[in-house]
Amino acid sequence: MQTVDMQQLKSGEINLGTSIMAVQFKDGVVLGADSRTTSGSYIANRVSDKLTHIHDRIYCCRSGSAADTQAVADIVHYHLQMHTQQSGDRPSVHTAATLFEKLCYENKDALSAGIIVAGWDKDVGPSVYNIPLGGGLFKQPWAIGGSGSTYVYGYCDATYQDGWDRDQTVEFVKNTLALAMSRDGSSGGVIRMCVITEEGVERLFIPGNELPKFWEGVEVLPPLSFKPKQQDPSGPVPMAVEA
Amino acid sequence: MTSFYSGPGFDFSNTVRNNFLQDRGLPLPKATSTGTTIVGCIYKDGVVLGADTRATEGPIVADKNCEKIHYITESIRCCGAGTAADTEFTTALISSNMEMHALSTGRKPRVVTAMTMLKQMLFRYQGHVGAALVLGGVDVTGPHLFTIAPHGSTDKLPYVTMGSGSLAAMAVFEAGWKPDMTREEALELVVAAISAGIFNDLGSGSNVDACVITANKTEMLRNFVRPNERVTKERSYGFRRGTTAWKKEQIRSLIVSEEVVKHGEAMDVS
Repeated sequence: MQTVDMQQLKSGEINLGTSIMAVQFKDGVVLGADSRTTSGSYIANRVSDKLTHIHDRIYCCRSGSAADTQAVADIVHYHLQMHTQQSGDRPSVHTAATLFEKLCYENKDALSAGIIVAGWDKDVGPSVYNIPLGGGLFKQPWAIGGSGSTYVYGYCDATYQDGWDRDQTVEFVKNTLALAMSRDGSSGGVIRMCVITEEGVERLFIPGNELPKFWEGVEVLPPLSFKPKQQDPSGPVPMAVEA
Repeated sequence: MTSFYSGPGFDFSNTVRNNFLQDRGLPLPKATSTGTTIVGCIYKDGVVLGADTRATEGPIVADKNCEKIHYITESIRCCGAGTAADTEFTTALISSNMEMHALSTGRKPRVVTAMTMLKQMLFRYQGHVGAALVLGGVDVTGPHLFTIAPHGSTDKLPYVTMGSGSLAAMAVFEAGWKPDMTREEALELVVAAISAGIFNDLGSGSNVDACVITANKTEMLRNFVRPNERVTKERSYGFRRGTTAWKKEQIRSLIVSEEVVKHGEAMDVS
């Protein structure tokens, strides 16, 4: 008996080959994402918004299949609206993250969705949850995801520090995403960010021509005036090679 | 006789057999696909949709002047690319459901409602309903434009293209689009984008259909531009009368003559 191959079934699907991240700070969270949506080698949308509204103080970053992550986010959004109507209270970020985890874990064979949930609630303040491909649920002070994230794990480990304020966190997210987008071909476009605090949600936008710049390479050949120095007899001697 | 229950919706029980046959090198029957150029563009006070009119079956042009701009509601229309049958029937189903929704709510339905219905249906069928759509319209919240891919993902943009000619059409939009265009500018840009598909994409061809939707009027401009009109032949290739010799001539009447004979009393129908 042959089985139906999901990879084959889903050929031609629209993908969010992505760089996404969310970082916690004292008063809230900062979410960020690139804006590239691809279908094979074609950029289907160069200004997409991968930061999706889930509730008043909860947003998520989506990576993987566009169709799967939109469907999952819509379902969670529906459940949290029902929750709010019935309990008269705003849901906690943990509640939202658990709903995402439940959907992603129970349908893991049919979904390709990597989601980061972040927001602010009155129980614990700011929090960031990572839900990677298999449907696990991990609470982290910062989380990165998508194809571009592999290039910047080292940068995040070396740079992140506890006790940052809003502006420092925004700067960190902006720099990390710019680095990921410059190395990952499936990420690019603009940076969209979202700052969630008790007071509200603030949306930030960095156009593609105003991304932070880092070392971008120099001319590899030496200038024409360059003359190699004479060998110092006291220095290291070249290895003897048989003729 | 054996009978067994089959659930609602599509039956995928033959996919395993078909995959097996395909692996053995057997060609599978092809569905009529609208290898297409479809576009949409938002302007100052509405939306312009555009489509070419070629339908293909593999390398053969199945229909030289088909309609790809489908009716959803009076002020919401939808262009379809992909499998012709799927685009035809999904739009017809959603159109029906939108009418029911309008009747039960007593309001003019919104474009997002149609978009949500379409994306939820396409997602449920996991890409097996091969409909790639451009949905546009005007509602109480203003003009809206969406693309919906076969797997059920949606995008909201000021100008969109889909189908095999989408790359050619998008190049025209990227070069010529500007915010707050007039009706005439938007229509001209849409025609240029569809023309790019017609002339540069093998899957697209024939005429340009356009549809201009504003808050209080929808104009369906069927065959708005016809850049591929067939001209009369410069020579006649018919054979001269008498080219073929014949041995005998016979003329028969093909009309059946029948005599009706009245029999018995007529029925009383008073």
